[in-house]
Amino acid sequence: MSAHTLLAEPGCHIRQDCAFPAPGLQSFNFDPIFSVGGFDFTKPMLLAVICTVLVVGFFWAAFNKPKLVPGKLQLAGEIGYSFVARSIAREVIGKKGDKYVPFLTSIFFFVWIMNIMSIIPLAQFPATSRFAYPVALAALVFITYMFLTFKTHGFRGGVKNLVWISGLPKPLVPLIVLLEFIQNVITRPFTLAVRLWANMFAGHMLIVLFSIASWYLLTPTFLSVVAGGSFLLAAFMTAFELLIQFLQAYIFTLLASIYISGALEEGH
Amino acid sequence: MLHLLAQEEAQNPLLPETAELVVGLLCFFIVFGILGKKLLPNIQKTLAERHDAIEGGLERAAQAQAEATRTLEEYRAQLAEARHESARILEQAREQGAVIIAEMREEGQRQRESIIEAGHAQIEADRRQVSVQLRQEVGRLATDLAGRVVGESLEDTARQSRVVDRFLDELDAKAEQTQGAAT
Repeated sequence: MSAHTLLAEPGCHIRQDCAFPAPGLQSFNFDPIFSVGGFDFTKPMLLAVICTVLVVGFFWAAFNKPKLVPGKLQLAGEIGYSFVARSIAREVIGKKGDKYVPFLTSIFFFVWIMNIMSIIPLAQFPATSRFAYPVALAALVFITYMFLTFKTHGFRGGVKNLVWISGLPKPLVPLIVLLEFIQNVITRPFTLAVRLWANMFAGHMLIVLFSIASWYLLTPTFLSVVAGGSFLLAAFMTAFELLIQFLQAYIFTLLASIYISGALEEGH
Repeated sequence: MLHLLAQEEAQNPLLPETAELVVGLLCFFIVFGILGKKLLPNIQKTLAERHDAIEGGLERAAQAQAEATRTLEEYRAQLAEARHESARILEQAREQGAVIIAEMREEGQRQRESIIEAGHAQIEADRRQVSVQLRQEVGRLATDLAGRVVGESLEDTARQSRVVDRFLDELDAKAEQTQGAAT
């Protein structure tokens, strides 16, 4: 049972023998919309599919028949594309980064739209707050990172690129090699996924918390003032989330390009 | 409810569900596939074309500018040359004019001198002629007068004075005649 269904129960207010339906992990678990065999199709999956359709649909409409003098939609698409191509790929990787612009653009817009779903009425849930989605994307980034590292430097060079820092005092070498290995091979993909997931998780939790609270406190008493405050906070958090959603998509893409850049660079 | 909560709290949110992983990957591959294979290359091509068009335009503009500058330079050079030429011609004309004026002046001087000389010569010739005539006349007159003085007896003063008067009259008439002939 989800927080959303709790919200839909109109009778649950304070001092009505009704405990505060605090949001928790259950707010992120959904009953399947339908099940086929052992496969449960849930709301986050539906949202991921909708986001796929939205991203592809938007870029299809914008770029399917691009004109030299762009229309409004194409211009909007070009601004988005240029943002990733210039502000991220060119800035971080340089000229060599042009090859990875489609990958980075796909990541950025897919993540961003999934994040935005957090504050879209009816959807009101970021698929990225389900850990699997950030993990899937971080895994792809990590695979790309590893592939490029070994492709650029060969096996020995690749390993060296991952763990070696030249010019260290001898006694420090084993320690640094260990730390570099942990950082580049274990923490990087993990933090990449967790950062996105945790931000969207926390954001959704806050919005749900204030939304439920404002409903729960809405009684014909002075507590309705508190309910109003809670509602305002929910509205404020919604606006704030809009920023966070963009920021997290940007950071995810930026880090992906930093990893790619690190893989392509000469040994550090 | 409690049972449900207990069940859900047992779940670890950091354990990704396989089904969602699959769905997430599939969705991303669809996005990446369509964007990466078709749509983004499309726009890359268009952006490159636009870049070319704009750069090409700039290039053409630069070319036109260069040509304009070159033409201007040519015109300026031609103008300067023309000015130089005109100045040269003017200078030449001035020189020629000065030469002509000098020549004319010299010529005038020369003509004036020759005219004056001719005048002088004429006057000298006239003077000589007159002096010769005068000398002859005076001689004849003196002879004539002497003849008369000697030929006639000068009896009285009246006759004497008559003779002298006649003589003077004749002399006057002669002088008038000579003057008339001279003029």
